[in-house]
Formats: sequence, structure tokens, C-alpha cells
Amino acid sequence: MQATGTAAPPVYRTQGLTRIYGQGDGAVQALRGIDLTLAEAEMVVLLGASGSGKSTLLNILGALDRPTSGRVFFRDRELSGASERALTAFRRDHVGFVFQFYNLIPALTARENVALVTEIAHRPMPPEEALDRVGLAHRMDHFPAQLSGGEQQRVAIARAIAKRPDVLLCDEPTGALDSQTGVKVLEALVAVNRDLGTATALITHNVGIQAIAHRVIVLADGRIVEDRRNATRIAPAQVTW
Amino acid sequence: MSALNRKVIRDLRAIWAQALAIALVLACGGMVLVLAHSTERALSETRAAYYDRNRFADVFATATRAPQALLAEIAAIPGVAVAEGRVGFHLLLDLEGMVEPAVARVISLPLAGPPRLNVPILRAGRLPDPARPDEVALSEPFALVHGLLPGTRFVALLNGARRELQVVGHVLSPEFIYTIGPGSLMPDDRRYGLIWMGAEAAEAAAGRKGAFNEVSLRLSRGAREDAVIAALDGVLAPYGGTGAYGRDRQGSDQFLQGELDQLQAMGRILPPVFLIVSAFLVNMVIGRLVATERRQIGLLKAVGYSTAEVAGHYLRLAALIGAVGVVIGWAAGAWLGQAMTALYADFYRFPWLIYAPGPGAFVISGVLGMATALAGAWRAVRTSASLPPAVAMAPPLPPAYGAGRLDGLPRTLGAGQLALMVWRGITRFPGRAAVTVAGIAASVAVLIAAFSTYDAVRAVAAEVFGAANRQEVTLTLTDETRAAPALEAAQHLPGVLRAEGGYALQVRLSHGPRSRFVALEAHEPGDLMAHLLDSAGRPVALPPRGLVLPRGLAAALGARPGDRLRLQRLTPPYEEWDLPLSGVIRQSLGQSAHIDAETLHALLRQSPRVNRIDLRVDPARLPALHAEVKRSPVISGLTLWSDLRRQFDETLRENLLISSAIYSALGMLITLGVVYNAARIRLAERAHELATLRVLGFTRAEVGWVLLGETLALTALALPLGWAAGYGFAALMVAGFSTELISIPLVVSRQTYGFASLMVLGTALAAGVAVRRRLDRVDLVGALKQRE
Ligand SMILES: Nc1ncnc2c1ncn2[C@@H]1O[C@H](COP(=O)(O)OP(=O)(O)OP(=O)(O)O)[C@@H](O)[C@H]1O
Ligand SMILES: [Mg+2]
Repeated sequence: MQATGTAAPPVYRTQGLTRIYGQGDGAVQALRGIDLTLAEAEMVVLLGASGSGKSTLLNILGALDRPTSGRVFFRDRELSGASERALTAFRRDHVGFVFQFYNLIPALTARENVALVTEIAHRPMPPEEALDRVGLAHRMDHFPAQLSGGEQQRVAIARAIAKRPDVLLCDEPTGALDSQTGVKVLEALVAVNRDLGTATALITHNVGIQAIAHRVIVLADGRIVEDRRNATRIAPAQVTW
Repeated sequence: MSALNRKVIRDLRAIWAQALAIALVLACGGMVLVLAHSTERALSETRAAYYDRNRFADVFATATRAPQALLAEIAAIPGVAVAEGRVGFHLLLDLEGMVEPAVARVISLPLAGPPRLNVPILRAGRLPDPARPDEVALSEPFALVHGLLPGTRFVALLNGARRELQVVGHVLSPEFIYTIGPGSLMPDDRRYGLIWMGAEAAEAAAGRKGAFNEVSLRLSRGAREDAVIAALDGVLAPYGGTGAYGRDRQGSDQFLQGELDQLQAMGRILPPVFLIVSAFLVNMVIGRLVATERRQIGLLKAVGYSTAEVAGHYLRLAALIGAVGVVIGWAAGAWLGQAMTALYADFYRFPWLIYAPGPGAFVISGVLGMATALAGAWRAVRTSASLPPAVAMAPPLPPAYGAGRLDGLPRTLGAGQLALMVWRGITRFPGRAAVTVAGIAASVAVLIAAFSTYDAVRAVAAEVFGAANRQEVTLTLTDETRAAPALEAAQHLPGVLRAEGGYALQVRLSHGPRSRFVALEAHEPGDLMAHLLDSAGRPVALPPRGLVLPRGLAAALGARPGDRLRLQRLTPPYEEWDLPLSGVIRQSLGQSAHIDAETLHALLRQSPRVNRIDLRVDPARLPALHAEVKRSPVISGLTLWSDLRRQFDETLRENLLISSAIYSALGMLITLGVVYNAARIRLAERAHELATLRVLGFTRAEVGWVLLGETLALTALALPLGWAAGYGFAALMVAGFSTELISIPLVVSRQTYGFASLMVLGTALAAGVAVRRRLDRVDLVGALKQRE
């Protein structure tokens, strides 16, 4: 596979992002000045030791959290300093999230969990189509408790892509899964990125997974210590776990 | 339906038992509100329509004897629309099947046509023919009790002579919706009746030819009642007028008004308790739900739901609970309201009933119910809904168990591990423990207040039939008479062991601008039967000079011991006296002023007189006494105190049984709702912990005690609070239910405390056991796997 998206205009642009949790003696500096540009349709893998600030960065990009200082732009819009209401609308319209612990609503079926998002989105795909894309067309009316971990994670991906988001932010989506299930989840993500052109950022502790991305960013102690492009990409099935 | 709304429905289904328990508590509040308001409305509307259709008078007055010609002068008083005079008096009846004489009040009908005011409603037969002096109409309830159908005859004792009268009709009258005979405490359809008789016959029987002694007025619109009353008093003064009065002092209406006031008090005092408790319950349950759904809330926020949408989601859940409660409350309130109105209609003598509960009570209870549920949820939802969405990303939190300050206490006390768990469960969630304790205490309080009505009635009975009145029979005399010969004669009646005289006259009692019309009762220092009681129920002696008043009357006049009161005689020569208030006493039923007999007779400048004689009698000779009384022209009534007592007990037992059954159910529902919810939440929180205990080898019973132990500990904590609150609540009820005529004493007996506590303890245990049984069904493996 060949690297794409290099010439495209950026989806995200950040300048000197910092994030400090707490105050005084107990303060933890999670990010120490991040300057980053993410291109449209790009698939990026974020690597880094535990506590290096990956989740914090992703949360800020997804407008789940705010930086302590620095600026974040989504296309032409500045997110840093936007109101709570504007951030909610931003998430609603542009971002799809996939979390490590699936975070499905237990009281809703797979289809309804997806509908939860399509109901408030601008131009969603039908929940059935989203579930079909992740290979779950046959388990649509099952409740989360009736699904395996991998299936639950794929429902979460379906939920994230159903609104046709501009970006897909995934925090250790395979973290709780075995390799076979993990592959299925990754395949779903790659397919979405390829078919819908959704810019995707993916956090993982599995170094092997970096090979499926266009680009790899490594964080250490709140800073970007490495930012490189993969000359070639491999298919998820070839990832060694 | 949107996915979020589906979640509401499924969440509700998952907690349906808890939601129902809350809805029921909420329903109690709504029910009482609707019940009280709709009953009050039905009674007052029925009364208004009845008064209007049957032209119930606005002003009433009695005189000794006024000539017919005076009516024109009365009708000319500005503001008077209609004036009507009549003759009224009491007589004794000798009825078949009754050993003792019955008492009847005779009311004369106009010379021609039906009366223009206080028009009786014909229920059977017809009104008497004015030309036939022996024809009468009877009050319907009295006639039915005695089987005196139209066409039958009965014997009246007119001035000691027997006279046969013929029943031609049965009637009801707006003047006698609630009727108490002289010397009685309760309506008694067997012993006291009303007789409508043609004017000529009545005037002849009363010895008042061409005269009247009772007058009723209907006022024109905009007339000032007090001005008319003052003018009427002036007109009647030369003829022995005893003071005109409005509906507020008309016996039947006064009682009815008291009942309406009580219903209003009930609608005011009770519902807030239930509403507050259910608000806390909603808060507890939704709070718990929101806490377990932290990550779901985070997720909803992350995918773009706004804080308002998330909060709205949980508020919808609360609103559904509220709606169920409101609807149940409406249904129960409407149903009970109708049943209660029917009971009232039976007790009071209404010819028909208007039961049209307006939308008012329903709207109010609906709004309050929904507001309660939403307010309860709002506090729980407010902070959680604004949870930063980043929590959705975070891994699940381990349960926050730090070392609390009081954690070590049970261990220091040498308690075991299970007791420690109970202790931690309580101290870890002090807010929930507080709500549980407060709810159980409210329950105890409602029950205590309900049962204290029994204590109050027992206290009233002990006072009225024990300490205050030790006579067995009271004779009412037709006219007041000199004491010495009357008592001498009474001593010689069959079976009489001891006779004591009593004398009472109507007066106007004033203190500054406030005044009341009351009976002034004279007491002889040596009397052994009729006693005055202090607040502790001990007999007190009357001071030689000065008045003694019941506490309620003194308060109504704003008078304290030492203040000077003005007394005005209501019969000629209308003298006035100033007397000090020398003490207050306890008198639960009726409100009269008391004075030493010698002082009173000196003021009146007359030799000692009596108009009542109290007797101790030999029970074996009662029939002979009755026979003698029927023959006597000077005795207009006989009261058998044992009968009064029986009647008092019967009437109250019926009424109290119904109301205390309702209150008990309400009180227990609170405990049920609170304990069941607290225990269910506790079970959910601890399923993992309790399952672990089971895996470790603790028995079901032992593990069950961790749950029940907490319930019992909180209940034990709540009981003393409930006792205190119950006493306060009983005081509130007593204040709300007391009227000027009935002052209910505040008594809470030990049995009441004990019984209320036992009922609450039993309910709490039952609720706890119901939850414990779910524990047996907890899937051990599942509970261990479950992550929160
Ligand atoms: N809510 C918080 N309060 C205080 N400190 C926090 C909070 N969240 C993260 N941190 C700290 O910020 C730093 C970065 O955390 P972050 O979650 O971004 O790391 P990460 O790279 O995602 O780690 P991991 O791979 O373990 O998920 C860590 O030191 C963490 O302890
Ligand atoms: Mg992380």
C-alpha cells in the first residue's frame, strides 16, 4: 500500500498544546507543547509509554477536554476557547469515538446503540448499514450483554462511523481484545478510512499495529518525540501481535 | 421512538418495583389532596345548593314572646329581604318500644302554605293541614327509626297531658343537617326528633297564641349582617330577645363548617409529608442510577448529546414515575372521595348530594406530584449531567473505598466482620442513610398522629363521662324554677339516690373587641357530680368571685387570668357585669363559662334557681323513673349518661376506624417505599461483595443479615426521631382539627408510640426480607464478574 493524503489540507492543527491536571504540588503536566497537523483521510497511529499523554491529546482533539494552553484548530475553526455548547455541537457533527471499554449503553440493542448517534447526526447512514460495514448485520438486535468483547467493540465502531464523521478517534480499540478479534476490529477501521475517507487517529500499545497506518507519532512525557510516515502499509491480518 | 427514550422505558422496567414504591408514596400525597378537596367541595357545594334552594335563613333570633305584628317592623329593618316568625319549643314523646321518653323539637308552620324560609323538603306524604291540629310532619330519620310512616299515630306529652298526633309526612330541613338534642353530644335519631306542626296548634300547645318566639331573616344582597343583627336585637329586646346571630352560630351550620375546616386542614397538613418523602426517594433512586451510569453519561456527552439532553433523559424517567404516582393518586383520591362523601351524606342529613370534584384538586395534585418527582431528580441529575465527557474515555473507576473516620468504631467495640460491613454501608453513604432514617421517622410520625386520635377520644371520654360528669341521669326542666322545691321534688322521684341542681343562662362574654355567646353555668361548691377539671384532669374548686373559662374560649377572647371580662345577659333586663377571669380549665366538648352559683344568683338578685337536675339513681328503678318523667309537665328532657357514652363510642369508633385504617396504610407505605428502595440500592451496590461472602462460605442467612442489619439499624435510629416528630405532628393535627366547639386534647399514649413503632418495624422488616429474597437469586458467578 502506498502513502496517501500528504497533499491534502489539514483536518487538525495544534500549536503549543499543554495540559496540566490538578494544581500546586499535585499538578501533573500531561502535555508539554504539542504542535501537530493531521491531514484529511489520513490514518495515524499514536504510540507511547503509559502516561505519556496519548489519551489526553486525543481527548483534546475530540473536544472532550480543553488544553491548559495552546490552540487547536479543526479545519478553519478554533476549538480552544469555544463554548461548551459549540464543543458539543462539534462532537455531534464531526467526531466519531471508539473507546477501549466499548462504552455501549447496556439497555439498548446494537442497532439502538448506533441509532443513539444517527438520531442526532446531520447526514447519517442507516444503523443497519453501519453494522453491516463492521460485519455485524446478523447481531443487530442483541443487547451488549449478549455480545462478545470484539463484537461489542465493532458495535462501538459502527456507532462511531454511522454519522459519517470527519474524524475517527480511537483510544486503544483493541486493548481489551485477543489478536483474532483485534484484527477484525482493525479491519473495520481500515475499511472505513479507505471507503469513507475518514481521518483516523488510533492509540495503541501494540507496536505491530503501527504498520497499518499512513503515519506514526510517538509521544514521551507529553512531547512528540517521533513523527514518521510509513512507506508501505500492511493489512491488519498481517499484524504480528 | 428514539433510542434514548427506549433507554428510559427499559431503565424504568429494570427498576419497576422501586419506581412503583415511590409512585405509591407520591400517590398517597395526591390521594389525600384530592380526597380532602373533592370531599370538601362536594359538601360545601351540596350545602350551598341546599341552602339556596330551600332558602336557609341568614339571621336567627329567639325571644320569649313577640306579637305577630312585630314581624312587619322586623321586615322593615334595612337589609332584611324576608322575615318569618314561628313558634318553637321542646316536648317529650311517649313512643312504643322506648321506656324512656324521646325529646322532640316542635317547629310551627305558617297559617297558610309552606314556610318562606328554612323550607322543609318533603320526603314522604304531605305537610300538615293547618286546619287539623293533630297533623304533624316528622324529620325523616327520626320517623324511619321509629317506623312512624305517614298515617301512623303517636303520643306526645303536652304539659303533662297525653295527646295523640298523626304523622302525615316526612321532611328534611336545611336547618337541621346536623342536629344534637338538648343535653346530648351526638346526633341521636332515636331519642331526638323534629316535629313540624300547624301554627295554631303549635301556638296553643306552647301557650303563645298570636305570638312567635323564633324569627328567621333572609338578607338582601349587600346587606351588613352585623347591622341587621344589632337592629333586630333592638326590636326584640322588649320581648325577651336573647341575641340574634348569623349562620356562624347556627348549630347545624356551625358543625358542618367545622367539618369542612377539618377537611381543609387534612388537605393542608398531610400531603406535604408524602411529597417531601417521595422527592427524597426519587433523589435516592435516580441518584444511584446516575452514579452507576457515569460512563454512559460520559459516552452520551462524547458523542454529542448536550448536558440538557442528558439531564432531560433522567428527568423523563423521574417524570414517568411522577406521572404514575399522580394518576394512582387521582384514581384513589376520586374513588375514596366519593366513598367518603357518601359517608358524610349519611352522617349529615342532606336530601341529595352534588359530587362534582372540579379540576382544581386534580390539577394541583398533578402539578405538585410532577414537581416533586422532578425536583427530587433534579438534584441528582444536575451535577452528573454536566460530567465532563472525558470520563467515557477513562477506564472504569474502582469503587471508592478510602478509610473513613468512623470506620474503626465497630471494631473497637469488638464487633464482627459482618457488623463492620453493616456499619460501613451506613457511614459510607450518610446522605442515603439520612433519607432512610427521615423517611422511616416520617412514617412513625404519621402513624402516631393517626393513633393519637384514639388517645384524644379516650381522653375526651374519660373527661366527659368520668371526671367531669359523675351523674347518671340529667333532667332538663321546661322552665327555670326555684332550686329548693325542685330538688326536694327530685329527691322523691323513683330510684333517685341523690339530686343536684344546675343552672345555666345564655350570655354574651366580651374582652375588649372580642366577644362570644356562651352558656354561663353555675356550680355549687358542694356538688359531687358535675365537676370542673384543670388541665391535668383533676377537679378544681370555683373561686367565690370571678369566672372560669375553658382554655380554648379564653384564647378565643384573648383573655388571661386576672383580665376583666364583660358579661351581658341576653334576656331582660339585659344587665351587664364586669368579672375577673380567675382561671382556665379543660373542657373538650362545648365551650361554656363557669361561675359560682351563689355569686351568680346574687348578681341576678334572685333566689337560687335551677333549670337542670343531675341524678344518681338506682338502675333497677329506671323504668319507674322514666314513667314518672313522662307524666311530669316541668321536665322537657331526660339524658341517660350511659346511653350518651354508648352513642359517643359507636359514632367515633366507626369514623375513627376508617380514618385510622387509611392513615395506617399511608404511614406504612412510606416505610415500605423508603426501606425497599434503600435496600434494593444497597443490594445492587453490594451484589459483588455479598456474592464474595457467599463464595467464601458465609451462609445465606449470614449474608442476608448484612442487608437486614442495616435496615434494622436505621429503623432503630429512626424510631426516637419519629416519636418526637409524631408528637409534633399530632399537635398540628389537633390544632387543625379543633374547632371553637370541640377542643381536642393533645394526648399521645405509650401504646400509641409502641404500636406505631411495631408497625413500622414490621413493615421495614417485610421490605427488607423482600429484598433479601432477591439476594438468594443473585447469580454468584455473574455477580463476581460484574464490573461497575
Ligand atoms: N484526570 C486526571 N487527573 C490527574 N492526572 C491525570 C488525569 N488524567 C491523566 N492524568 C495524568 O496525565 C498523564 C497522561 O495521562 P494520559 O491518560 O494521557 O496517558 P496515556 O498516554 O493515555 O497513558 P495510557 O497508555 O496508560 O493510557 C499521566 O501521568 C496521568 O497520570
Ligand atoms: Mg490512555
